[in-house]
This record gives sequence, C-alpha cells and structure tokens, in this order.
Amino acid sequence: MKKDAVAAVATPVGTGGVSMIRISGDNALEVADACFRTFSGEKLSDSPGYRAYYGKAFDGEKPIDEAVCLVFRAPHSYTGEDVAEISCHGGIFITQKILQTVFSCGASPAAPGEFTKRAFLNGKLDLSKAESVMTLISARGEQGANAAFNLLEGSLNKKITEINSSLVSVAAHLAAWVDYPDEDIEELGSAQLEKTISSASAELGKLLARFDSGMAITAGVDAAIVGKPNVGKSTLMNLLTGTERSIVTEVEGPTRDVIEETVELRGCILRISDTAGIRDTEDKVEKLGVERSRKKLERAAVVFAVFDGSSPLSDEDEAIIEMCRGRKTLPIVNKSDLKSEINISVIEDTLGSPVMLSAKSGSGFDELCDSIVKLLGTEDFDTTSAMLATERQRLCCEKAKQSLDEAVAALKCGMTNDAVGVCVDDAITALLELTGQRAGEAVLNEVFSKFCVGK
Amino acid sequence: MEYFAKKYQVAVIGAGHAGIEAGLASARLGCSTAVFTIYLDWVGNMPCNPSIGGTSKGHLVREIDALGGEMGIAADANTLQSRILNLGKGPAVHSLRAQIDRRAYSDYMKHTLEKQENLDLMQAEIVDIERIDGCWRLKTKLEAIFEAECVILATGTFLGGRVYVGDVSYESGPDGMFPAARLGEALRRMGLPIRRFKTGTPSRVNRRSVDFSALEIQHGDERVIPFSFSGKYIVSNKLPCYIAYTNEETKRVILENMDRSPLYAGKIDGKGPRYCPSIEDKIVRFKEKERHQIFIEPCGENTEELYLQGLSSSLPEDVQLKFIHTIPGLEHAHAMRAAYAIEYDCVDPLAMRADLEFNDYPGLFGAGQFNGSSGYEEAAAQGLVAGINAARKCKGLQPLVLERSGSYIGTLIDDLVTKGCSDPYRMMTSRSEYRLLLRQDNADRRLTPTGREIGLISDERYEKFLQKLELIAAEKERIRKTFIPPSDEINKMLVSRETSPLSTGARLSDLIKRPQLNYDLLATFDDTRPELPYEIFEQVEIDEKYEGYIRRQQAQVDEMHRLEVKKLPMELDYSGIAGLRLEAREKLNLVRPQNIGQASRISGVSPSDISVLLIYLEKEERNDK
Repeated sequence: MKKDAVAAVATPVGTGGVSMIRISGDNALEVADACFRTFSGEKLSDSPGYRAYYGKAFDGEKPIDEAVCLVFRAPHSYTGEDVAEISCHGGIFITQKILQTVFSCGASPAAPGEFTKRAFLNGKLDLSKAESVMTLISARGEQGANAAFNLLEGSLNKKITEINSSLVSVAAHLAAWVDYPDEDIEELGSAQLEKTISSASAELGKLLARFDSGMAITAGVDAAIVGKPNVGKSTLMNLLTGTERSIVTEVEGPTRDVIEETVELRGCILRISDTAGIRDTEDKVEKLGVERSRKKLERAAVVFAVFDGSSPLSDEDEAIIEMCRGRKTLPIVNKSDLKSEINISVIEDTLGSPVMLSAKSGSGFDELCDSIVKLLGTEDFDTTSAMLATERQRLCCEKAKQSLDEAVAALKCGMTNDAVGVCVDDAITALLELTGQRAGEAVLNEVFSKFCVGK
Repeated sequence: MEYFAKKYQVAVIGAGHAGIEAGLASARLGCSTAVFTIYLDWVGNMPCNPSIGGTSKGHLVREIDALGGEMGIAADANTLQSRILNLGKGPAVHSLRAQIDRRAYSDYMKHTLEKQENLDLMQAEIVDIERIDGCWRLKTKLEAIFEAECVILATGTFLGGRVYVGDVSYESGPDGMFPAARLGEALRRMGLPIRRFKTGTPSRVNRRSVDFSALEIQHGDERVIPFSFSGKYIVSNKLPCYIAYTNEETKRVILENMDRSPLYAGKIDGKGPRYCPSIEDKIVRFKEKERHQIFIEPCGENTEELYLQGLSSSLPEDVQLKFIHTIPGLEHAHAMRAAYAIEYDCVDPLAMRADLEFNDYPGLFGAGQFNGSSGYEEAAAQGLVAGINAARKCKGLQPLVLERSGSYIGTLIDDLVTKGCSDPYRMMTSRSEYRLLLRQDNADRRLTPTGREIGLISDERYEKFLQKLELIAAEKERIRKTFIPPSDEINKMLVSRETSPLSTGARLSDLIKRPQLNYDLLATFDDTRPELPYEIFEQVEIDEKYEGYIRRQQAQVDEMHRLEVKKLPMELDYSGIAGLRLEAREKLNLVRPQNIGQASRISGVSPSDISVLLIYLEKEERNDK
C-alpha cells in the first residue's frame, strides 16, 4: 500500500546547535527536493541513498538555511521507507520554518510515534517492541481507554467542542431542511449561515494566532538584536540577561560573533542573539560576524532593532529599517540619557512607535518589557485558556478553518447549500480528529504517541 | 397431512417490495425461486402512502434501477404525478417522488412475477421453518413442505401483526389481511433476536366529500423525469395533489383525547418510527408549531380514495373523524378507512452481515421491515441485495457488498448491520456522508457497471449506458475547447444574472462553472452545441459546477477506504484480544464487522479500540509470514 510522506522534527525541540527534520514515505525524496536544493545540483530523488548532500533549504524561492540532507532508500532506513533527513541549524524558528515548508511541499505532520509505527508496520522493529505497545494499551484499556485517547483535556477540547457544536447544528438544520421538504422547515438564510460559519472560522483563527504566542510561552522564540555598530546592542543584551556577557566597548564593532542567550521575560522564553553590528567592513573576522548577523536576522521570529538616540539616523540605520520592514520588529531608541538628535518619525513610519531606553542606566526597561510582551502577543496570554499545543493540532485547526472559509466563499458566490455542506462536513471532521473523537488515520496513529516524537 | 411439494434454490417469504426484488433478482440470476405471499391479490401493496420516492428514497429507487431491480420501472409504468423535491437546494439533495396508482402497481408487479422465468409465485402462509441437513425446510399452513438452499425473510408487517385503533386491537396483517401468526414463534425458537416494532397509516377519505376550493393544488413537474434509466416508459402527470393545513382546533381535539391513544396509554410496546411520527406525536413534540401541512394524494385513477399524508394516528375512530373535520376543506370528509397503528415482529439486524445473510444461520437472509427498516424503497433495496446474494451463494460466488461511499443502498445496509436500529429505520439524505457523490442523477454511473457484472443488466441496456458515458465525455471535451467571445448580448445577460461580464473570450466550461449560469442561459451564445438528451447536459453541468466540492468529498471517501481495506476475519473472537474495552468486545462479537472501517462506525467502539484492533491485525499478519 502506498504510504504518503510524513515529517517531523526528530531532535529535541529548542535546544542544541543542530535540529533534524525527518521525512519518510514513498514520496519523501520528492518532497525533500521541493524544499531543499543541493549545491551540487543533484536531485535527492535521483540519489541511490546513503549519501549526505550539502545545500540550502528553500521556502519557494526564499532561502531559509544552509543544511545537510541525508538520503536513505527503502527498505534500508529507520522506517523501512524512503527517508530524507534535513539537518539544519538549531533553534525553534528555523526548524519550524523548514518543517512548515516541508508540509507545504506535500508531507503530512507525523503524529507522535509515527516513524516508529511505520518502522513496525514495515517490519523494521521486532515484535517485542510492538508487544510492549500492546501492554501499554491494555494497561490503559483497563482504566477506560476513552479517557486515554482523549488527546487533549480541558480548555482546548472544550473550545473545539464548542466551535464544532455550532457547526454541527448548522449541518443538522441543513439536513432537516432537505430531508423534510413537506414540513415547511424554515430555510436558514445564507446571511445567517454565513454568520455562524464565519464566526466559527474566526474562533479558529484566534486559536491559530495564539499558536505563536503559545509557543513563546511553552517552547520559546528566537529573537535577534540588530543595529549598526555601537548603538548599544550588547548593553541591551546584558540588560535583558542581567549579565556582563557581551563585550561592551566604546569602539565600534567588537562583537564579532553571534552570542545567544535564553532569558525568561514575564513568562515568555526568548532566545536572544546579540549580533555583530551590521556595517560594511574590510576586517575579515568581523565580516564573517556581520554575515552571520544578517542570517540571524533572517531567522529570528522577532527582531529588536536598536538605534542611537544621540545621533541622527544614518544610511546604515535606514538600511536596517528597510531590512526589518514587514517583520515582527520592536524598534528601540537607546541612549535616552543623552541629548536626543534622532528623527523618530522615520522609524515610526515603518516599524511603529519605538521604545525609549537607556540601556546603560536601565531607565525605560519596564516599557521595553511591556512592548516585548505586547509584540509577542503574550501580554494577556491566559495559560489556562485554549491553546494549540502541537503542529498536528495546528494543521487540523488550519484545515478546518480553510474548509470553513471555502464554505463562506461558496455561500458568497451563490453555490447551493449541498456544496456548502461538504465544506462544513470537512471542517467538522478535522475538528473531531483534532480532539481525537474520530477514528481518522491521524487519531489511530496516536497509539504510538507513547514514544517521543521522531523515535 | 404433511406432503413434500418441491425443492427450490431460493425461497422468499413475502411478496411485498422486498420480496418482489429478492424473488426477481434470484430468478433472473438463474436460480429456481419460490415467492410465498399470504394474499395473492396484493403483491407489492402500498398499505401506507400511495407514492414512491421522496428525499433519499428517490435515490434508493434510482439505485435499485441502476443495478437492474424492478421498482423504478414499475413506478414509471404506474405514475399519477411526478415531482423533483428540493429543487434549488442543490443536486445532491434533489429527490424524485411519484404518486402511484396503487392497484395498478400491484397488478403490474404481480404480473411481472408471474411472467418471470425460474420463479413460482404462490399464495401460502409459511408456519414453520427449520434447517435440516444443511437445507432449509418450510411448512405452509396447508402442510406442504418446501425445501430451499437459501431462504429470504421478507415478512413486512405481517409477522405477528397486531392492529390498534384507539382502544380496539386485533391480530391482523396490513389492510385487513391475515397476519403470519405462527412463523415468528418458529424464528424465536431458532434463536433469532426477534423484537416488536410498530408503524401506522392515516385514514383514506372519499374524493366526493372533499371541498377542493379550500385546498391548495399541487401539480407535477413540467419536465417529468422517470425513475428508470432504461427509458422504458414515458411518464406524464395524470392527477394533481392537494395541500391542507391543521389548525389550533385540530390540536385541541387531539390533545383532549390523548388518553385514548394506545401509544400514550402504553398499550403498544413496539417502537415506532421517530422520523415518520403520527399526528398526535407531532402535536405533542412540536407544541409551538401552529399548523402542520397535510398532503392529500390520489390512490389511483380508478378509485375515489384519497390518502391524507401527515395524519397517521392510532386514536379511536371517532376522534379521528373529529380532528379530520377541523381541517378546512375536510369539514365533511367521509372516511373510507380508519387510520391504524400496526405492531409486528422484526429482527435485530446486528445479527446479519452486509450481504444480509445471518451470521449464525447459513443460507438465511432478511430484507425490508423484517430487518427493522421502514418504507417501500428501503425494503426493495434490501430485497434486491438479499436476492442477489442468495443467488450468488447458491452458485458459490462471493457476496455482493455495496459500499457506503458508493450508494445509499450501501449506506442503508451498513447502518442497519453496523449500528442497528432502535426504531424503524428510515433513509434520509443526512444519513450519507457522501451526498454530493451519491446523487440520484448519477446512480447509473455509480452502479450500472456493478449491475452488469452481477448479471442483471441486459446487453441492450448496457450498450445504451456506455453510449451515455461517451456522450458525457465528448460534451465535456467540447465545452472545454469552446471559447465564447465577449459581446454586448452576453455581457447584458451576465450582468442581469449578477455575474461579471467578459472582457476577453471565456471557455464555455468556465462559464458553466459559475453558480449564476447554466446550460439553458448560455444556449444562444453556444453555436456548436449538439442536440443531446437533457440528462447529458445535466451530468456535464453538475460535474463542472461542483468539481471542486466533488473532489473534496472524494478525498473523504479515499480516507475512509484506507480503513475499509483492512479486513477483519469473521471468526475472530474479540473477547481474546487484550486491550479492548469490555463494551467494545461485546459489540464487536455481536456485529462481527468485516473491516476496520465498519468497526469504527459501531457505537461503543472508540478510536482507541480501533487502534488496538489495528495492532492486533498487524501482529497476526506478521505471525503468518
């Protein structure tokens, strides 16, 4: 039987210098080819296997990261299927970015334990391991497996069930309306239908939007400090981390490499990189640092752009503003203890209102923290309210939302309600799979969720 | 004194809608077949509404026809009025419904059975059934002994039938015919899980006594579409129907007399159909509703009897008359027959498989109301499948199991044998997850190849079917290649339909895709349009217009298939599988699902139980290697 590719991060999330994304399935190498280009120009799908390829991961035409891809051919791989393993730089943002690209190229998210499950089904694991799974299940079965497989307890489940029941009532009304044409059942007006479906979609949208914020709280986000040399990036880093780690000098550009630090700030976890000042330089070592800084900037989920308030904006500053355009950026005007010479409105126009800070004295630090939390959306983040916890849940949620948006589109263009119903049914199915109430493939595979992701 | 009469390959008990299809299918597939009925003058009787089809039931009839059954053709031959219901609600839920001349339909069916080669139609009440030496032995009331390799039970409401009208009750079959009083006992003795269901029917009134000036008239459709894809009969409208409404007074009369209803007084144990409630049920359950619609339907061309759809009741005769007379137009209605409720024996369908053979009784099949369903069309659909499978069993062939994703018949049977039913099961479009694929208009495209393979579709008919497919393909090709240039005329039309005008040429297929447009509207702009039958344009238009949605639904089917291909062995003892919850073990042992997909639909079997089964299967497979 044909096995479509699945993918997941196979290394522990968020720590370590290297992350590995495993793609497994009949079309794994085609999927890998769609998001990874070897420097040698070879196609991974032409590879005989058991080779490592150096290249770049791409999101469409946009490079994401340099990486190494290992190719294994069925049946001699961990899962017994064709496998591509992309090893990229560690850090949540990059890893998630590549993973999402892999999904958009045709792989489905591997549920927890899926690789092991496939390995077992393909005869790569012996029965004793399968037996241990059996034991596990029967142990849980004794206690009532209903509860055991109710993937998510509490708020998310409640939220999804609530959204789903509004959709089910729409579906039920549509059903009664067609099944009893003689009972003059009121037609649900398309406006009313649209309202219910749109509001369900909006609720899912909120959950999806919270996904990133949720990640910031549970797993952490990558943040980069950028700015031209000597605007006080290292001082800021020290302020945030509370240590004297970066070398702070009055001479331009001594931070020659990227320094990374994980800090907890009002409940969210930031992995902050203090980057070398971005400027044109002839110094070879520094040039390398500058290059890394640019890359770090590319990868970061949030950017702290630092400007020197005591001098007018330079071309370099403006280049940085341009670089940050359209990204999640917090502009910071440092050295507020000195006389202000800067024209803030230029920053404001592109990046929004900056935080005024004296990294040296620490004045403005509270405002900085407020702004960071606001930027991450964790400001009012209620950890007890519904939150999507995994990429699989996010995808189910997204699938449901897409179906609902298509239902709304169908209503808007005047399609008949049977077509609208198909989309609503799809959304209901996706949501039931999210909560584990439906025995779709995705939920069935949860049986192996006792293993850690990837293995 | 007992005497041996004859041995058949297949014996069908009952000549209602299930028995007819079962007998015909079996005989047409070459098996010697007996069909027994208690009363020979009412073969294929319609003891309730004189109509065939309706929401989702129309789908069933067209599927029966596509597979080579008789109901669609017989309905076409005896139609009084035809309508497509749910027009404007989308092609997935369009349903064909026809008023039928009840007497003529019954005569037509009786004659069809009489003429059928390999088939013997007989009036006889079967009073005993036994399995002796691998062969079924049937005994009639007159003590004739018949033998058969396979028996199909299609006993309808005759089996242990008991009629209730208010506080009066007596043993009876439908329409005053004799009940099958003793067979139920024999089945219970054999150990079949027999239980009691009930159903009901309204009064009939004489046309002369109705004031039509107070009623809304309802005509048939202008473009009449026959049930049968064979095109054997040209159907036209002969008689109209009428609509009346109940009012506050009707409600008052009924509520005042509720204590005289045997249902509410608890005298009837049988479970009634939730989805086809009596008027007193409707009034109690939907108190806020001011009025209920009553359809007044002709029973035939040669009778003045009119059927009052929506007024089925088990209240006493005097109360029935009283509430009928509260309805404008029926103030002086003369009732010719009283409404009644009928209670009967039927089986728990969980005891059978999707081929409609009982798990523990080889060669014993059930169909129709005996299996717990309600409705002529549901009965005929099961009769067809039971007849086909009895014949296939006699010939040593694999049984035919229709998939849920491929037909309403498959959905109906899967629901019965997987989920069971706690009240008479009525088909509804909402029972199918795949409505957009399982339309009534494409039943032939879905099922005629299967009908052909089984052997119920003639060469001539199959040839015609293949031609239709070719025409559809050619027309699709044509509209994709035809470009319509922008012009004032077309843009005027487009704007008037509230859709965007053309600035450059557009593919005809893209214009047809627009929900605001259709084939008719585009006729004047489509110079190369060939002369084709209406149904070809219909198929092409639906395929084009709903393409994206159809694809979406197909993806749902594909996902379900991944579970359906994982077969479960029939003899599997689920009590021995570690990890299954107790309830799941019991249900699985009872239903004995054929595959994981079916198992996942059993109520009481959770996703976690399914996972346990999957692992068990994989483990077994590995052990075998």
